[in-house]
Amino acid sequence: MSLLVLLAIVLLIIAGHQLLRIIELSRGLKKTKEWQITDTDNNMMGKAMITFMVLFFIFFFWQVERWIDRSLPPAASEHGVLIDQLWDANMYLITFVFLVTNFFLFWFAYKYRGNSKNKAVYYPHNNKLEMLWTVVPAVALTFIIIFGLKYWNEIMDDAKEPNRVTIELYAKQFDWSARYTGKDGKLGESDFRQISGSNSVGMDTADVAGFDDIIVKNEFHIPVGREIELVMRSRDVIHSAYLPHFRAQMNCVPGMITYFKFKPTKTTAEMRKDPYTLMMMAGINKQRALENKEPVEFDYLLLCNKICGASHYNMQMNVVVDTEEDYQAWIAKQKAFKPVASK
Amino acid sequence: MATPINTGLEKEHLVHHDHVHDHDDHEESFVSKYVFSMDHKMISRQFLITAVIMAVVAMTMSVIFRLQLAWPGEKFAFVNAILGDKWGKDGILDPNMYLALVTIHGTIMVFFVLTGGLSGTFSNLLIPYQVGARDMASGFLNMLSYWFFFVSSAIMLASCFIDDGPASAGWTIYPPLSALPEAIPGSKLGMTMWLVSMAIFIVSSLLGSLNYIITVINLRTKGMKMTRLPLSIWAFLITAILGVLSFPVLFSCALLLIFDRSFHTSFYLSDIYIGGRPLDNVGGSPVLFEHLFWFLGHPEVYIVLLPALGIASEVIATSSRKPIFGYRAMIGSILAIGFLSFIVWGHHMFMTGMNPFLGSVFVFTTLLIAIPSAVKAFNYITTMWKGNLQFTPAMLFAIGLVSSFITGGVTGIILADSTLDINVHDTYFVVAHFHIVMGLSAIFGMFAGVYHWFPKLFLRMMNKKLGYAHFWITITMAYGVFFPMHFLGLAGVPRRYYTNSNFPMFDNLVDINEIVTICAIIGALGQGIFLFNFFYSIFRGEKAPQNPWNANTLEWTTPMAHIHGNWPGELPTVHRWAYDYSKPGKEKDFVPQTVPLEEGEEDGGAH
Repeated sequence: MSLLVLLAIVLLIIAGHQLLRIIELSRGLKKTKEWQITDTDNNMMGKAMITFMVLFFIFFFWQVERWIDRSLPPAASEHGVLIDQLWDANMYLITFVFLVTNFFLFWFAYKYRGNSKNKAVYYPHNNKLEMLWTVVPAVALTFIIIFGLKYWNEIMDDAKEPNRVTIELYAKQFDWSARYTGKDGKLGESDFRQISGSNSVGMDTADVAGFDDIIVKNEFHIPVGREIELVMRSRDVIHSAYLPHFRAQMNCVPGMITYFKFKPTKTTAEMRKDPYTLMMMAGINKQRALENKEPVEFDYLLLCNKICGASHYNMQMNVVVDTEEDYQAWIAKQKAFKPVASK
Repeated sequence: MATPINTGLEKEHLVHHDHVHDHDDHEESFVSKYVFSMDHKMISRQFLITAVIMAVVAMTMSVIFRLQLAWPGEKFAFVNAILGDKWGKDGILDPNMYLALVTIHGTIMVFFVLTGGLSGTFSNLLIPYQVGARDMASGFLNMLSYWFFFVSSAIMLASCFIDDGPASAGWTIYPPLSALPEAIPGSKLGMTMWLVSMAIFIVSSLLGSLNYIITVINLRTKGMKMTRLPLSIWAFLITAILGVLSFPVLFSCALLLIFDRSFHTSFYLSDIYIGGRPLDNVGGSPVLFEHLFWFLGHPEVYIVLLPALGIASEVIATSSRKPIFGYRAMIGSILAIGFLSFIVWGHHMFMTGMNPFLGSVFVFTTLLIAIPSAVKAFNYITTMWKGNLQFTPAMLFAIGLVSSFITGGVTGIILADSTLDINVHDTYFVVAHFHIVMGLSAIFGMFAGVYHWFPKLFLRMMNKKLGYAHFWITITMAYGVFFPMHFLGLAGVPRRYYTNSNFPMFDNLVDINEIVTICAIIGALGQGIFLFNFFYSIFRGEKAPQNPWNANTLEWTTPMAHIHGNWPGELPTVHRWAYDYSKPGKEKDFVPQTVPLEEGEEDGGAH
């Protein structure tokens, strides 16, 4: 079998070689050289350009139609709604620019396709025109910058609300822990030298403030409607705490503490009933059925979004947004650090 | 300006007299002609062919990891055949090797293909030719530049064959991941080799860039004022300046990482517990590394992009048979982009824990860069307006470049906005953005350059029809690969994930990944057309005439032979700018730069 394949390849090469010889020999007989651009070439390529543009735009709209509904659900946090609005405004603007400029590019390529009878117009510059397309983008960008920075300053401002929930997200290869302040409302100090099997996040065992801290893995709960202040640390390499549904992200850097704050607006239960989420989950479960996997329900997720090693792709933690009562009930069931550590 | 005579070249001649017998002056030994050549034309070809080989390697890597992303866990004989049993057991890609492939793909494409390959080929070929010089200012340093590039390429490739695998911390090699061998196998010997290779690469880049700058400034022929330089030369000049200013910072960045890795310093490391023990390092900061890295990293984007834009300027003007629109504005844009590129690096770091106020400054500077970029795009389009477009394969790729520059550029406006960056930072939206704006534009520019200057590189013509086929397959498949990635980003898919199937959230994106991979495979196969056309035409292509595209620039006045010193006899004198295409009152639709101005005729570059 492989001998036959080999034989076929050899024959193909010989045939190709002979064909090339014929082409090479016939070169001398032709008046126009192969590489010269003829009117036919220009005509064909010009039309190909406009055809490409049409297909390109159809492809664009096809993708939007087919895939835009697989985007993340509408933001489930207060600032996320602002980000989504700003995102949409910017997206419409750049889509417009993308379509219009590409249109002119390919339209001109078609319209002014070369012809040996034509001559190009000598048109080296036009200061007014150039001024126009310097000023117009500048004005548009001014608006983009102003709105972007206004929101940025609000989002990045310190967490100030008195009833906020402070949670430390602790990253390591390849999982997350979340630490709650406990009753005293303070996170205990940490020291990486004290990390051990029973002290996985490196709590300072001498700091009283840490005794009532609550450490959870796999899943953490937050109450809806209260400001969540995330305090982030990393044990080994850079990770990034990415909470896409809340439009929240911040790197976790060893040797540093980083912050991000947000206010969740929809509980997990509410989100599961959201029409957009239902539609999305239907799509997900349809695909899962094809692969013989169990159907699933929506869950908020914390992902790692900075390359951190072999299992980077699997470093996740579930997030549950509860009503205030459910959250209180959940937190009451969690064990404090001190009794766990002293075991 | 006195007639510039290259003294290095004269010396070289003297040396050759010693061991060359009865042949004429320019006869050289095989070694000095093809291996340790000091001639810019040969060095240019050496860069190009090395880059083509590196590009094939990097492209093959991308096909392997794309197979994994579309069909995770599926067995591919192809994967096993290339990676062997260790990294591709049963034809399934190993997760560590996945990261290694992503890393080396990025490194090779950014540095070896689009920096070394693109600048190395076209700055070398075109600077002496287009400014009217006999060769580079220093042929010897130029030769060293290539051979350092060769050695660094060889080390980078060799690192793929070692036991622990090559560097795998991403092409940005952020520590601590890249600093700690316990963190990932690729941070053992592979990372050391990566750093050594890059250090040598930087030497190569510096030697090349210094040469390019000096040649453009000092060795312009009589009459070649700065305002008569073709835009390609302006682009190469600014690119070289960016390289000289920013690569040393990458060098120091890499050096400190070498210290951290090998000599127990703590520039980038602090408070780390890994491999079951706390490390001694205290006081360093990974964010410092990010600052140093991106201080090169962002100018690097323009080091990649500007030469491609310069090439496009030449190709679009020549093939439109029209002067480039707004020559002065184009120079201004290149300068503005060059300057701004140094004060925007922080936009890669909005989410790193950098002070948010600093972030706002970078938002401002980054969005400013959209203005000169927009000017360039509009000027290209206006250059085509009312032109007489000649669709050479080079012109097709130049148009493709303008399209991808716009398509990828507009999403840059989103990513430069720190507020919007929060949710798409490090997702496929970013992957889509930079592959289109930087990857595609630069590679299209490189293809345009190869098709356009092939007659000067190899004295033969490439096949036009194969060029057409190559272009259409490339542009359709390239958009097919990178456009859908935006939608992965909108769904929140992080980059550098070995598979997206480990939790249900991304299960409905399977078809997007499949389309991307199928396009990647067809696109990669399509490059076979180019490779065949390229290597076949080097040996068997039709003999090229002196000025096949009826272009104005000086390289087309050189004889169709690779002679030392480029022009026999005196150097040409320049009388006008490079863009007198279809000038009214002229017999032909092009007026080479060597033609004197008629009485009362105005030079186009003068305003």
